[in-house]
Formats: sequence, structure tokens, C-alpha cells
Amino acid sequence: MTALSDAGLPARPRLLRPAGLLPWAGALAVLAALWLAGGQAGWLNSYPDAWILPLRDWVSEAMRWLVKDASFGLFTFKELTRAFAGLLDLPLQICLILLSRGFAVPLGGDAGLLIPPLSWLGVTGALVWAAWRVGDAKLAGLVAGCFGYLAVFGQWNSAMVTLSSILVAVPVGILGGAALGILGYRSRAAERALTPVLDLMQTVPVFAYLVPVLFLFGFGPVSAMIATIIYAMPPMVRVTMLALRSVPAEVLEFGRMAGCSRRQMLWKVLLPSARHSLMVGVNQVIMLSLNMVIIASMIGAGGLGHDVLTSLRRLQIGDGLEAGVAITVLAISLDRLSQAIANRTSTPVHLQADQSYAVRHATWLGIVAILAGTYLLAFFLPALRSYPDWLTLDTGPLFDDLVQWINVHAYSVLDAVKSWLLIHVLIPFKRLLVEAPWPGVALLLAVAGWRIGGVRLGLTVALLTVFIAVTGNWEKAMVSAYLCGISVVLAMAIGVPIGVAAAANERVHRIAQNTVDTLQTLPSFVYLIPVVMLFQVGDFSAMIAITAYALAPAVRYTDHGLRGVSSEVIEAARMSGCRPWQLLWKVRLPLALPEIMLGVNQTIMMALSMLVITALVGTRDLGQEVYIALTRADTGLGLVAGVCVAFLAIIADRLIGAWSHKRKQELGLA
Amino acid sequence: MTDGQNTPTLASPAAPGSPPAKLICRGLWKLFGADAERFLERTGGDPSAQQIADAGLIGAVRDADLEVGEGEVFVIMGLSGSGKSTIVRCLSRLIEPTAGELVFEGADLRRADARQLTEIRRHKMGMVFQHFALLPHLSVLGNVAFPLEIQGVARGEREARAMEMIDLVGLSGRETYFPSELSGGQQQRVGIARSLAVKPEIWFLDEPFSALDPLIRREMQDEFLRLQRVLHKTIVFITHDFDEAIRLADRIAIMKDGEIVQIGTPEEVVTAPATQYVAEFTRDVPRAKVMSVRALMTPGDGAGTEGTVPADARVNEVAHEVVHGRKPVAVVDDAGAVIGRLERAPVVDVLAPGGPEPAPATAAAAS
Repeated sequence: MTALSDAGLPARPRLLRPAGLLPWAGALAVLAALWLAGGQAGWLNSYPDAWILPLRDWVSEAMRWLVKDASFGLFTFKELTRAFAGLLDLPLQICLILLSRGFAVPLGGDAGLLIPPLSWLGVTGALVWAAWRVGDAKLAGLVAGCFGYLAVFGQWNSAMVTLSSILVAVPVGILGGAALGILGYRSRAAERALTPVLDLMQTVPVFAYLVPVLFLFGFGPVSAMIATIIYAMPPMVRVTMLALRSVPAEVLEFGRMAGCSRRQMLWKVLLPSARHSLMVGVNQVIMLSLNMVIIASMIGAGGLGHDVLTSLRRLQIGDGLEAGVAITVLAISLDRLSQAIANRTSTPVHLQADQSYAVRHATWLGIVAILAGTYLLAFFLPALRSYPDWLTLDTGPLFDDLVQWINVHAYSVLDAVKSWLLIHVLIPFKRLLVEAPWPGVALLLAVAGWRIGGVRLGLTVALLTVFIAVTGNWEKAMVSAYLCGISVVLAMAIGVPIGVAAAANERVHRIAQNTVDTLQTLPSFVYLIPVVMLFQVGDFSAMIAITAYALAPAVRYTDHGLRGVSSEVIEAARMSGCRPWQLLWKVRLPLALPEIMLGVNQTIMMALSMLVITALVGTRDLGQEVYIALTRADTGLGLVAGVCVAFLAIIADRLIGAWSHKRKQELGLA
Repeated sequence: MTDGQNTPTLASPAAPGSPPAKLICRGLWKLFGADAERFLERTGGDPSAQQIADAGLIGAVRDADLEVGEGEVFVIMGLSGSGKSTIVRCLSRLIEPTAGELVFEGADLRRADARQLTEIRRHKMGMVFQHFALLPHLSVLGNVAFPLEIQGVARGEREARAMEMIDLVGLSGRETYFPSELSGGQQQRVGIARSLAVKPEIWFLDEPFSALDPLIRREMQDEFLRLQRVLHKTIVFITHDFDEAIRLADRIAIMKDGEIVQIGTPEEVVTAPATQYVAEFTRDVPRAKVMSVRALMTPGDGAGTEGTVPADARVNEVAHEVVHGRKPVAVVDDAGAVIGRLERAPVVDVLAPGGPEPAPATAAAAS
């Protein structure tokens, strides 16, 4: 009887069969053997210098040729880049004149007539008015508060410089991204060419392409803007392709049946139908542009980013914090404003034919009226022109005192915690990774890829790993992996329980959601300020900053994954008598695991992007290489190290993504 | 009755005396998959289902023949995956057929180039979609006027025409609403108005009421019948709902696995299902609702009858009169001439089937 019923059962799951475990065991055995053999053959432990492919020198050479010698016959490559830069410089100058510095009309000799910039109160008032029109009183209040902060804390001028470059970079990023996205939507070939580039763009740390941008366009606000556009554009391309693809097939068919030409199809059917999804991309471009503010100031952006960077270098915590918060409030107000505009496009407004021109265009007329009114008034009331100095607050000394106080009173405690963790956790883990024989690690990763996603994934992972070794970045990459790995573990250890709590409780959910949203609008640099304040520079500070930055997805995905478990399954489990803990451990967590793993994936991506920034606080990993390359304008070094970071990210992304996909299929969720 | 005896894949020529065909499709094939055209040539233009499956292709439409007469409501009925959506898209060339002939108003539709096709679609075709396919950013007025806007009709003119259509479908007063503010039934009314705005010569409706609740669906079917009484359009109507097909159709084509199994009037399909598959659908249909007096009458003169009924009336419409009358009733044609008589017994058999003797037609089809 038993034999019969056994025969009817399906075979045991593949992973449990001994054959499925064999490759893992084999790879581990090889790793161990190589480790032991490492004593005899030094090349196993550290990749020999003689074998390093001088890729970075080749890249640097190519760059030099491009800038010095490349020519298209009529004009040289350099002239082309300069012309492009000039094109972007014009709108930037107009914005700067309007918002920040005014315009001096030379009248011969020493005399000059200064046409002043817009009044600070006018700009604030116009934005508040716009916020009230597209949103509600709450949004208007928020915008008032944010721009009020900029004025009161003496950040106005820097903020306007930053805002000017955002005002130019964002439209260029949106239009360029949308154009590329439309191209990718229309042509399969274009899409196939775009996708890997986008993948790489979103994983290469920003610093890596700061170097070539610096090389091609020189140091200054325009280069900074170009880097910002390059950084902020990829999501727009993706969103555009996705948004256009998700326009229902029937709507397209309708367009064809109505006899639309290609252009009518695009402008009258596709783009309007997808406009809501497209706004998500617009919002992304704004947020990413603001995220770039500090980094872009390394190649001459000026404004708030410059202020943060200088005070961070001088360890003037208070000033850095003020400017950092200024970037944040700018980000928050622009984010909320753009979201309100996006929501407005989805809620219909019934236009009445009898409404007058003034009523229908009240938003724009109001903005113009406020700006013009305050501008004229300011000629009589100088306090309207620029915010009066005697009314500004400066918290710099306060914070400096605070840091001093902490250093005097809490130093021993903080230092003890830090030392203990360094000695017992960080350093052993770092040594483990750095000393592991590189061929063994590559093999283990390849086997993981093969078992999870098939031969192709295994080969991809192996190739990427070997690339890192061959370009001579193995040890630095392992330091990156160690810093990143430990931070991710920490972030998950903190984030998953919060996510579990948020999934169980509506109030925690709301608080967590808001906090996470806010954390994600903070530019990454801001995380460094308090950390440096408490722990000085070094691996430990980097770890804390990375953890804090990468926490958000851990919370979000856990919460989302647990909430996504179908309510029928939960009811079934309840009816079989599960206690709350059993429900969590035996039903909800296993079912939510694929989603949570995607959260881990996101956490790793964010950790890696933060990694390069923490180079500023003195780590010795790939991030530092990229940073050094930037200061030396060494294109080859920067790009190769940057690509290595990207490859680390891609390896983690592909492995986890494939696992999550496979598991979801096994669970019947995908 | 003779039409119902046709072999399944043969085209059913429009009944004698019926109006000329507006749209003819002969030997239409649509195979999805790589190199479908070459495969079709290789197999002599008539591959079996097995051959198609072996080649890794999907036979969405296989050798379909049909003719849609001027002013006729032609319903294509089939379950999901039967190829009914593909065939209607082939008829409008939204999907390019793999092989076959399409004749629209006497001209070869497959030979039309992109520009001609656009012109035909702009001026002669209208289509209603299952999920409405309204443009979310336009008001009701904007949506209905959209096909005219695409043609470049001036604003005043197109809006006047659109208002007329909105009025026709009973949405007056809602022209400034946006699709998201309307119920499903109202949205489909907009879809109908929009497709009629260009005064199409042929009107395609792809499962227009499938996404609606049963009550609303019924209401929309009534609305459809009312519109057709006013407009007399040539209509190709797709549905998966057999009852809907019977209610609305002048003629029905039933599809299964890409093939047309039977074409006929509702009466023919119900009384003489061509295959077991069709019989499955017709089994529960009340025959009195589809059978005409003509089918039950005994030809002859009006001797010994009392009262008259039209030959084209449905049995359920005259049942009361026949069953309760003392004598048989006379059957008259459109001109009012007596062409036969209707006895009580066959009417009762139709009203209450399942007696000792099953209706002869059903028995024949089932064998």
C-alpha cells in the first residue's frame, strides 16, 4: 500500500536531492583547497600585479586622444563638446540672473546699471501661490515653511544657484529621457541597445562619470549640470518605455481604427494616455537631480552642494548641517509640488466655456503678478530685495559646541563601542574576504549563478568576477564587499523587524512609510554629517552611514511583501489554528520572502551607491579609488574602478533577482 | 431550413433576395508564429490542425469564409481562444491575415496600401472595444469628436457632430465629464457614440458588453437594437455569450479553435445545430424565442382557420393566441397573403419540449 502511494508522489524537490547539493559542496571544497594551497602559491591569495590588464591606461589614452586629436573634419571633438556646453550655459545664465545675481548693464567706464534679481519674497510667494492652486493649503504651508527656512537661515543665495541648475537640468533630463524612451518604444533595436547602457548607468557610481565629464567639459557649473543630467535621465528613459508599453492594446487599436498618422498616434493617443506614469518619471528626475547637488559641486556646481562639501571638509558640522537641510527642504518642496501637479492631471477639471481668461489662467497670472509686484516694491523696500542679514539665524556655533561637548563627555563610550565592533566584527570579516583565494570565490559565485539561474547566469557572474580581478581591483573590491555586506546585514537586521511591525500595525505602517519617504528624499551626503560628528572618519563611520542610507528599502519591501500575502491564505492558516507567531514564521514570512529578497537587493544597490560617497570619510576600497581618480582627473582609473563597483552591483542584482524570480514561480506567485 | 444543413466550413450565401454583401471574406487564414506564410504555401494552403501544431504555430483563424450583407447584424460567437477577436481584427486589417481574400464594398481590402487603409478606416469603419478604449485625458465631447479631429475636421463642425452622437446614445448633459467619472455602461455609450461619429459604412463591435454587469448588459443590448432600428448599419458583432448572439443577430457564425463551425440565422442554429459542439450551446435556449412561425406552419390555404399571424413572427409571440384559439390560425407573409396554417400541437411541442417525442430537428443533429 505504501509502496503504491509513494510511487504516485512527485519526486522530492530538486534542492533537497543530494545531486542538487553536490555542486555547492564541490565549489566549497575547491575554495577550501585553494585556501590551503594559498600558502604555497601566492598568486592564489592575491592577484599578481604582473597579470593585471592595463585597461585603465588604455582608457586614459583613448580619452586623451579624444580631447586632443579627435576631429570630424569640419570641427574637432573638443569644439563639439564646448559648443554643447555653451548651449546649456545660456539658459543657466538666464536663471542665475533672474534668481540670484541680477545683471549688470555696462554703461561705459566704471558706471554700470545693476538690474537686480527677483525678490526673495516674490519667489517664495509665487511658489506658495502655485502650491495652493495645484494642491491645498497644507502644501502651500509646506512650501512657505521650506522657502522660509532658506531665507531665515541665510541659505537663500546658495539655494537659488542650486535651483537655477535644477531648473535647467530637469527639463533637459525629462525631454532627453522621454525622447530616448520613445525611440526605445518604437524600435526593438534601439531598446536592445539602450537597456544594458541603462543598467550600467544606474549601477556605476556617479563619481565614475564625473571624471570623463570633467575631462571633456572642464570644471564649472555646466559640467556639473551635464553630470546631473546623465545621472537623472536613465529612470526617465525607462519610465517612458514602460509607460508607453502599458498603454492598453485596445487604445492603440482604437488609434489605428480612427486612422491616426504616426505623429497623431504619439502626440494624441500614446503620450496623453501614459501621462500619469510619465509624471512618475518626471518626479524621479527632479529627485535624482537634487540628489546630485553635492556630488556635482565637486566639479564646480557651486550653491548649496559646495557649501556642504566645504564645511564637511573643514568639519564645520553646523554649517554643513544647515546647508544639507537646505538641500533637503528644497527637495521636499519640489517633490511635493511635482506630485501635486501629477495628481492634478488625473483629477478632471470641468472647464466652463463662460469662464473668463483670468479665471482659467489664474495660476500663471498670479505667479507673474506676485513676481512683478514684489520686484517693483523692492526698489522702495530693500528688505524685499535680499533677506536682511540681521534677521538671519546661524546655528553653526551651536552645533560646533554640541560636537565639542559630545567629544568631551561621550568620547570614551562611543570609542569603546566602536573599537569593540572593529576588533571583533569588522576586521575579522574584512580579513576573511580579503584573504579568500580569488579563483575560489569566483568559482563559488559561478556555481551559485549556475544553480539559481542556469549556465548563462553562471558564466556571466564568473566573467564579471574575473574582470574585477584582471583589472587589478580584487582586494579593493573585497573591501567594498565587506563594508557593503556588513552594512546590508545590519540594515536588514534593523529594517526587517520594523517592516514586520509595520505590516502588523496600521499606525506603525503610516509612521514607517512617512519616515522612509523622508529618508529617501535626503541627499546621500547628509547622512555623513552626523556620523562624522560622532565617530570621526574611518570604516566604522562609513558602515553607519551606509546602513542608515540603505535602511529604507529593507523596511519598505518587508512591509510590502508581508502585506502582499493573499488574505485567503492567511484566513486558511487562521482557521487551521495558527497562533500569531506561527502565522508569521510558517506562512507569511516564507510567502513574502521573494519580495523581501528584492528588498535586500535594493538595499545592496543603495549600499553600493553610498559606498563611493563614504570614500570622503576615509575608506580604502573601490570608492576611494574612484574618488582619487576624480581629484587627479584620471579618467582610466575612475572609469575602471567605477565599472568594478557596477559589476559588484550587477552580480548581486542578478543572483538575487534570479533567486527571487525562481522562488516566486515555485510558490506560484509570478 | 436548407441553410442549416450546410457543411460547417462552407460559406453560407446570403439568403436569396437579401441585400448585396458589404464585406466578403474567403479562405481567410491567420497563423501566429515564425514564417507562417511560407508554412502555408508549403502545406498547399490547407494544413491540418495537427500540422499547424507540429510546426509550432498557432492557428488563430483557419480557412474562414463569410459574407456580411448590407444592413445586417452579423454576430461571430465563440468562447475565448476560438479566434473571434482575431478574425474581426483581420477584417479591419488591424491584424494582417496570413492568407485569404477580403472584399469590402467590392474592392480588395488586402491590396489597399497604408494610406488607402487609413482613409478607409477614417471614413468607412467604426469600432467599439471590449474595455471601451477611451482616452483618459479627453472629456466625453473630446473623445467622441476625436476621430473627426484626426481627420482634420474644424472644431465647430466636429463638436456639433459629436453632440449629435452624444445625444443619440443618451448622454446629453455629460459632455464635459471625463471617462473616469462615468460608469461602465456610460463609458461604453461614449465608445459607441465615438465609433458612430464618422458615419461608418461598417461597424465592428468587439465584445462591447462583456465587461458590463448583467443588468447593464441587457440594457445596452436593448439600446443597441434601438440604435440599429434607426441606423441600419452593417454590423460585425463579436461575443462569447450565446444568448446575446441569439438576441441581436440576423445571422450567427459560431467559431471553435479558429474554424467557423456553422453560419446561420439564430433559428437555423438552434433548430439544426451542425455539430455536437453547437448543440451544447443551443440545448438550453428556449426554442419558442428563436423559431419562426414559418418553420412550424403547414403550407396551404387558409381553409378552416381563424385569425392570422405573420410568418416571420417568433413562436413565443403568437403562442398564446394559437394555444388558446379554437381553430388553427392562418399564416400570412409580408404582403398579407395566406401561405399556410399553424396548428396547436407543434406550438405546444416547441413550448414544452422533452415530451415523448423530441423535436425532430434536434434529434437529427444529435445523431
